[in-house]
Amino acid sequence: MPRITRDEVERIAALARLSLAPDEAERMTAQLGALLDYVALLGELDTRDIEPTSHPVPIATPLREDRAGTPLAPELALANAPESEGGAFRVPPIIEGGE
Amino acid sequence: MTPADRSTPEPLGSLAELGAALAARRIGSRELVDAALARASALEPVLHAFVGLRAERARAEAAESDARRARGEARGPLDGIPIVLKDNLVQAGEPTTCCSRILEGFVSPYDASVTRRLRDAGAVVIGRTNLDEFAMGSSTENSARGPSRNPWDPGRTPGGSSGGSAAVVAAGVVPLALGSDTGGSIRQPAACCGVVGLKPTYGRVSRYGLVAFASSLDQIGPFTRTAADCAVALAAIAGHDPHDSTSLPEPVPRYAEALTGDVSGLRLGLPREYFVAEGVEPGVLACVREAAAELERAGAKLVEVSLPHTKYAIATYYLIATAEASSNLARYDGVRYGRRAAHPKDLHDLYHRTRSEGFGAEVKRRILLGTYVLSAGYYDAYYRKAQQVRTLLRRDFERAFEGCDALLTPTAPETAFRLGEKASDPLRMYLSDVYTVSTNLAGIPGLSLPCGLADGLPVGLQLLGRPLDEATLLRIADAFQRRTDHHLRRPPEPR
Repeated sequence: MPRITRDEVERIAALARLSLAPDEAERMTAQLGALLDYVALLGELDTRDIEPTSHPVPIATPLREDRAGTPLAPELALANAPESEGGAFRVPPIIEGGE
Repeated sequence: MTPADRSTPEPLGSLAELGAALAARRIGSRELVDAALARASALEPVLHAFVGLRAERARAEAAESDARRARGEARGPLDGIPIVLKDNLVQAGEPTTCCSRILEGFVSPYDASVTRRLRDAGAVVIGRTNLDEFAMGSSTENSARGPSRNPWDPGRTPGGSSGGSAAVVAAGVVPLALGSDTGGSIRQPAACCGVVGLKPTYGRVSRYGLVAFASSLDQIGPFTRTAADCAVALAAIAGHDPHDSTSLPEPVPRYAEALTGDVSGLRLGLPREYFVAEGVEPGVLACVREAAAELERAGAKLVEVSLPHTKYAIATYYLIATAEASSNLARYDGVRYGRRAAHPKDLHDLYHRTRSEGFGAEVKRRILLGTYVLSAGYYDAYYRKAQQVRTLLRRDFERAFEGCDALLTPTAPETAFRLGEKASDPLRMYLSDVYTVSTNLAGIPGLSLPCGLADGLPVGLQLLGRPLDEATLLRIADAFQRRTDHHLRRPPEPR
């Protein structure tokens, strides 16, 4: 596979909602390139008929009785919010012309 | 009396010793907690192991424990014992930072299930310990609060990511600490600091209230000085929890009863690939081979086994762990808790600036790698491929356990390295985990215990077992500790 480029790193950073300073993007490109070179080792293995493992212990989805419980109180859930208002988390305007 | 004598109280004993002293009323919990707090504060300038102490509440809880005992209502071996928690395990009403700037100001509204269980058993949490940011690292150097130091040599790492927990148990501040292990984060620091560290089977201990890093790999486990103490701690935290759907419904055995001191007839497998790998220090190999010989003299049978896919484990681990981390860490967006960037111009700007300011370099690197391997066009080549190799690694262990009851390996290829030695080379740092990551990928239990010193630094012996067979690992470790005194060696008192 071709080596990861700085443009690709910046595209990925945008997907992950991260902004990289120019020197940071440069450094990450080199480091991710080295890591991807290393993991290319797995290409040696023929895994055509191998089932993937997503969970280490085979367990069925557990079911519980459908009984009402006590959820976290709204004021506790909001206690850590950087900004809240009227029982809700407050964020900057999303739609232009809003507020 | 020298100034050092005045300022540094004596190290605390093991859980068993302190429990016996409490039961015999030779000491009270209040005195023990005071002693632990005093020692914690005295050593903190050297070890830098704590993120925060909770002195007042701990003293109040210790007084409650003493009152229970006076009424004849003591709750068992943990009642009144001072303990610490890694700062990625939440406690109601206390901060949890994961040693990340992004969780600045967060105060947990609830207890982790392990916190709850230990509190119910009467244990007294005296503080929160340092870790690599979000448990991503092998040295604590990725902590936003700076690295912790190894009590055996403050110029060296205590290991990571649970380095603070390992350091305070080794230094005799408390007899029990909890950590978490995603790829070796309990066992490698236990090895570096010369204490016992156990990563239980995936699902043995509830992860509810452990801040998630890689959900298919994370497990919580104890640090103690002896295998017998480890058995007590595991019994207290293991078992099904309705709050964690991946916690296993199997009953919890009486681990203490497994400590018979008898290993005769047990077959211990020595995986060929763990003894010939490049870069293992000769001093480490010598200690581990001598430990195997000691267990053979105790009646165990040594057999050579093979785990043929070992060389693919690190690559597999970093693909899966980073993929899961990129997803888990999406929740830190500056909206519901933790840090929020100042004066965002819109929601997009809020997300970007909060995350870019809040995460450290290693966390960003892993989020980027994880996002990349899950992204369109690369998913099959990287993520799915790694999941397939994970199957091969799991099968390696299944085959090995057909011919033996437990595996015996070094925990880490080297003793504690110098702070700063690997900080600029992520791949070299990742290779510290070569003997520990496969365990998490396969979900099996692993225990590290001290088996000697190489150039004055502790060496870790790793025991790996079948799923849910922690009892056999504890039995072997306890039998070894009955025959040897490596676990009794103390780091030099700091001056």
